Amino acid sequence: MTDVTNDVIAIIAKKVRVDHPKIELTDRLVDLGLESLDAVEMIFDLEEKFDIQIPYNANSSRTEFDTVGEVVRAIEKLVAEKA
Amino acid sequence: MTDLNRVVVTGLGAVSPLGHTAADYWANLKQGVCGIGPITLVPTPEELQQKVAAEVKGFDPLKHFEERQITTLDRVSQFAVVAAREAIAQAAITFDMPLSVRTATIIGTGVGGQTTLDDSYRRIYRENKTRVFPLTIPKLMVNAPASQISMHCGLRGPAFAVASACASATHAIGLAFQMVRSGAVDCAVTGGAEACITFGTMRAWEAMRVMAPDTARPFSKDRKGMVIGEGAAMLVLEPLQRAQARGATILGEIIGFGMSADAADLTAPDQGGMVRAIEGALADAGLAPQEIQYINAHGTGTAANDETETRALHSAFGAHAGKLAISSTKSMIGHALGAAGALEMVATVMAVREDMVPPTINYLGPDPACDLDYVPNAARAMRIDAALSNSFAFGGLNAVLAIRKCS
Repeated sequence: MTDVTNDVIAIIAKKVRVDHPKIELTDRLVDLGLESLDAVEMIFDLEEKFDIQIPYNANSSRTEFDTVGEVVRAIEKLVAEKA
Repeated sequence: MTDLNRVVVTGLGAVSPLGHTAADYWANLKQGVCGIGPITLVPTPEELQQKVAAEVKGFDPLKHFEERQITTLDRVSQFAVVAAREAIAQAAITFDMPLSVRTATIIGTGVGGQTTLDDSYRRIYRENKTRVFPLTIPKLMVNAPASQISMHCGLRGPAFAVASACASATHAIGLAFQMVRSGAVDCAVTGGAEACITFGTMRAWEAMRVMAPDTARPFSKDRKGMVIGEGAAMLVLEPLQRAQARGATILGEIIGFGMSADAADLTAPDQGGMVRAIEGALADAGLAPQEIQYINAHGTGTAANDETETRALHSAFGAHAGKLAISSTKSMIGHALGAAGALEMVATVMAVREDMVPPTINYLGPDPACDLDYVPNAARAMRIDAALSNSFAFGGLNAVLAIRKCS
């Protein structure tokens, strides 16, 4: 597991009622119980952690990050673009 | 209900993104003019991700106040007093004794004097000044608009602010309606004011991730969220008998008020709470659902609100929902938050008075989740006997007013 993956899952785990070790990359955020306000807080935490800007609008991007793995890939891409 | 208890509207005032008087505001609403445009009030708009808002353009406080008065008035209170003066002038009431002490001033606002707050924090945190202006506190307090109206207009009865975020003004008008109806006061000046297009506030709204980058498209496919607005609107309410006795022009009659709390999510709208407020207003008015022709919707333009409000209207109105004309004036004036309910009530009073439904502009086409008649893009002339104005706030606080033509 990469550092980014570990950090992303740790941030997601804070917002849902599933423990960190039980979260898989294939898990869907909605199945983990992530609601819209949780998602906005998750995005904020990710931006703060990685010093990046994540384009996200709660009105139109609901399916942009469907699974944990998609969040990880999006963050990896944004971190790489920053470097 | 006896005539003694009937409550009528005899004055309207508005300071809006579509004009600084109720008449200009209404004329532009009927024309479907869009008041949303680039942000200019923030000193550093290039630093904001959010580029658009519905600002009150070209508002010169010196046209309305002496310079020494302006140092005591945040922008939100300036809007409030100007709109109140207009409403009182239209009602043609002089508040001498004993009417002055029998008149309530009940004013909704979401957050109070944000310009004052933002300016003082900028001085302290960014400019490293050690002092702020001496009247910072009484300018920014959330009751400042209510206090300033009472002072400037000489209203000595019950006066206070009502805060319920985006439903503040609707709650305020509803309370004023109940006080006039019960005989607790003989007159009320009521409405809402908001002026929060500041750097700090816009940053906070950006962080919610609910803002549309381009414009507000309530109930439309491809809607992308809400746009912040500002302004104020005020109404003068009095008993029908009193208005008739003094030969006042009666603009409309408020007949019902419903309130509810979701007791659920902090920000997500709740169909059950909306339905209870709508049904409460209908029951208070003694109206059957099929007696309503027009709904001025909350219609923020977010995915969640518009879909949930549509479901609530289906639930409250059943088969009649399909026959309702529903429009969101937020498509033209953005979301003025604590002032929104009052600006929308002015629009609803005028719609009923003139048998003219203002449109929902920027409408691109139907969203399957929003399957009612939203009066897209052009105003519609139609008979309106009775209408509702909906407000559903963050924090799960809902308020709905019912009005009808005064016969």
